[in-house]
Amino acid sequence: MTTLPMGNAALDRELEPHERYVPGHHWRNAQDEMEAAKLGMWLFLATEILLFAGFFCAYTVFRYWYPDNWHAASRHYLNWKIGAANTVVLLLSSFTIVLAIRGAQTNRKGMMLVNLFITELCAAFFLIVKLGWEYAPKWQKGELPGANFTYGGHTVEAGEAAAHGGLIDSIFHVDHGSYVTNAYDHIFLSIYWISTATHGFHVLVGMIVIGWAMWLASRGHYGPRHYTSLENVGLYWHIVDIIWIFLFPLLYLV
Amino acid sequence: MSGHHDVSYLAPKDTFWKSVWAWVYTLDHKRIGVMYLAATLLAFFLGGVFAIVLRTELWEPTRTVITDAGQTQTTGQVLFGWKENGQQVTANNAYNRAFTLHGTIMVFLFIIPAVPAALGNIFLPIMLGAKDVAFPRVNLFSWYIYVFGSIFAIWSIIHGGVETGWTFYTPYSSSTNWGGVTSMVLGAFILGFSSIFTGINFIATVHKLRVPGMGWFDMPLFVWAVYATAIMQVLATPVLGITLAMLVFERTLHIGIFDPALGGDPVLFQHFFWFYSHPAVYIMIVPGMGIISELIAVNCRKRIFGYRAIAFSSIAIAAISFLVWAHHMLTSQTAALNAIFSALTFLVAIPTAIKVFNWVATMYKASISLNTGMLYAMAFLFCFTIGGLTGPPLATLATDIHLHDTYFVVAHFHYVMMGGTVLAFLGGLHHWWPKFTGRMYNENLARLGCILVFIGFNLTFFIQFFLGTQGMPRRYATYVDEFEWMHKISTTGSYVLASGLLLHLMVFIQSLMGGAQAPKNPWGGLTFEWETDSPPIEHNFPHEPVITHGPYDYDTEYPPHCDPRDYPLPDQAKVAALAHH
Repeated sequence: MTTLPMGNAALDRELEPHERYVPGHHWRNAQDEMEAAKLGMWLFLATEILLFAGFFCAYTVFRYWYPDNWHAASRHYLNWKIGAANTVVLLLSSFTIVLAIRGAQTNRKGMMLVNLFITELCAAFFLIVKLGWEYAPKWQKGELPGANFTYGGHTVEAGEAAAHGGLIDSIFHVDHGSYVTNAYDHIFLSIYWISTATHGFHVLVGMIVIGWAMWLASRGHYGPRHYTSLENVGLYWHIVDIIWIFLFPLLYLV
Repeated sequence: MSGHHDVSYLAPKDTFWKSVWAWVYTLDHKRIGVMYLAATLLAFFLGGVFAIVLRTELWEPTRTVITDAGQTQTTGQVLFGWKENGQQVTANNAYNRAFTLHGTIMVFLFIIPAVPAALGNIFLPIMLGAKDVAFPRVNLFSWYIYVFGSIFAIWSIIHGGVETGWTFYTPYSSSTNWGGVTSMVLGAFILGFSSIFTGINFIATVHKLRVPGMGWFDMPLFVWAVYATAIMQVLATPVLGITLAMLVFERTLHIGIFDPALGGDPVLFQHFFWFYSHPAVYIMIVPGMGIISELIAVNCRKRIFGYRAIAFSSIAIAAISFLVWAHHMLTSQTAALNAIFSALTFLVAIPTAIKVFNWVATMYKASISLNTGMLYAMAFLFCFTIGGLTGPPLATLATDIHLHDTYFVVAHFHYVMMGGTVLAFLGGLHHWWPKFTGRMYNENLARLGCILVFIGFNLTFFIQFFLGTQGMPRRYATYVDEFEWMHKISTTGSYVLASGLLLHLMVFIQSLMGGAQAPKNPWGGLTFEWETDSPPIEHNFPHEPVITHGPYDYDTEYPPHCDPRDYPLPDQAKVAALAHH
């Protein structure tokens, strides 16, 4: 529990929005309102899990049918280092958004804003890596879903290895061994593209709602008495994180 | 909220534009419910027009005459000059579009939102003694999503139509070139979000906004039914969403997941689709069952028989609904899988029969008032039981081989959907009409409408069971001459049915134009909605209502705001004797 400062100066100052928060007219008290909002959010998260369950189900079916193809495609098309970097970043962002909520509970606005900002940066990092180091090269090489698949395999040529150097490449270095395409590579890539793109869309939505929460936080709408929407944004961000935690091993570490 | 707490929720504002704005940006669950009702009734009308078109086409027999040139002559050709070859639209295409549009509109635009989103929106919060649903903004948002999704669906009608059937089975749906498929599928995808948001809202409302003192078993059974429906909406609809999204990707990006030419599997689509759409069948019927519980209890003026059994059977139906999806593919799977899904399907009969027996037991020795609502409840019991009993032959593996995709299936699901949900919806509409419009309707004309609907419905669909067993497949524009007399009966029945529905429409319009002012409690109900004004005031109750009795305590309570002489308490000696017994 926090105690409100009782000095005269404290009483004279104008109250922050979170201190004078009143629940909606149809609620008996703010506690009920917050519990209902969180229940609603948990139900929404359940729908998100079921939404992605469709992808996981399709993944399972095709992996069951084409296990060897799946293994080879995962090894060749996806770089686990990139996936791992994004996993670490998302885990960090889940931690910082919890710190932001803690900041609201303990009435520390600076802590709240800094941590929301770090979360936003992590999300941006995730998307930039996804677009710049995964989607763009795949697009160029024709590693596209279904009927759009035009990639013709890869043969190691003399001097190619020398062309790759530098720090970034040594981290995000794709296996440049020879590769002959398999019959169902395009199905693997279909599932990769639609599931990661849908997840990426959720990250983008997350950036928007975290930005919205930052705006509200900067204007003093979150404090120990009221931080419902911040907590819900946090819950949403965790589900985005958790879905990636499942996508990463299933796609990258087959 | 500023002022006007004691005026009707329908009361207009100071100026015309303020009144319009008050509807467009309303957060009042009753107004949103009324907007849903208007939209779904419009969809019902549109779907009904397509149904009449279908039945009219089937009035004529096959006319499948193979001429010397190898040309097939069809009804469409005879009636409208549509040619099988050499013209873009053939008669069979036109028929395919008509039944697809009938199906998609009736399922996605009418029957899924009709009971929960329209009647549920208006009455669920009032029955709980609440001022509104948990999230009023989400509620309004879900209506706009509904309208947005409907625009996509309507667009596909204008843009060439869809002829895949409402199930959008691949590979036809992913390979056909008709322009309407993508927008219709997107429309159904968007409508799914509307359904999810409504479901989330209702679950949170039931959990958090019951009036103090109202336990779970003090809730009216309509609330239980809508609650069970909401659970199914939340858990099943996202799977439909992702399925339809994948179908859109399949059509636009050719991802190959459902395309056998690319190594995919079209039957996978059927599994995905029915994982949603089978629960969706119960999303359609369970709220209708909730209405029937209310209609029977109020109009029999008796404590409902087996309250807890009815409440739990709704939840049981919701649970079983997720385990039976593959019975839609009983003719195309391995024997072991078939046996499992056949057995699971039979389980559904148990909670359903529990409800039917409890309703009939409630009516036993009751003093029944035969108003339109009660007539519909009885029509429901008759038709729904036929629909229910024709389910097991379809779940039985051996008989399903014969009946699969025949008119027997068509008749079965129309007996459940139309004979069940639509009759319950119409009964509920008449039951609550005085409450949410504040006007009485012409009872005798409405009764006549109900009788016409009942006769017309049975004429239309009962004969289709025989058509099906004799081998008439569904979704064909033409048929052999031997079936002509049965199709003629069916089509005649559909006209009677349509006339009954139009009579209802006229009764409602007449009621709105000049119906008598409705009293607070015209039927003598004991649930909260009968304690507030007709129409209810803006925040439902002047003060938070106090729960003093259960929803069906007719043996100990006078219905409030009623003349006690109309509703005498039962003989106390008899009650005591029964209790002793």
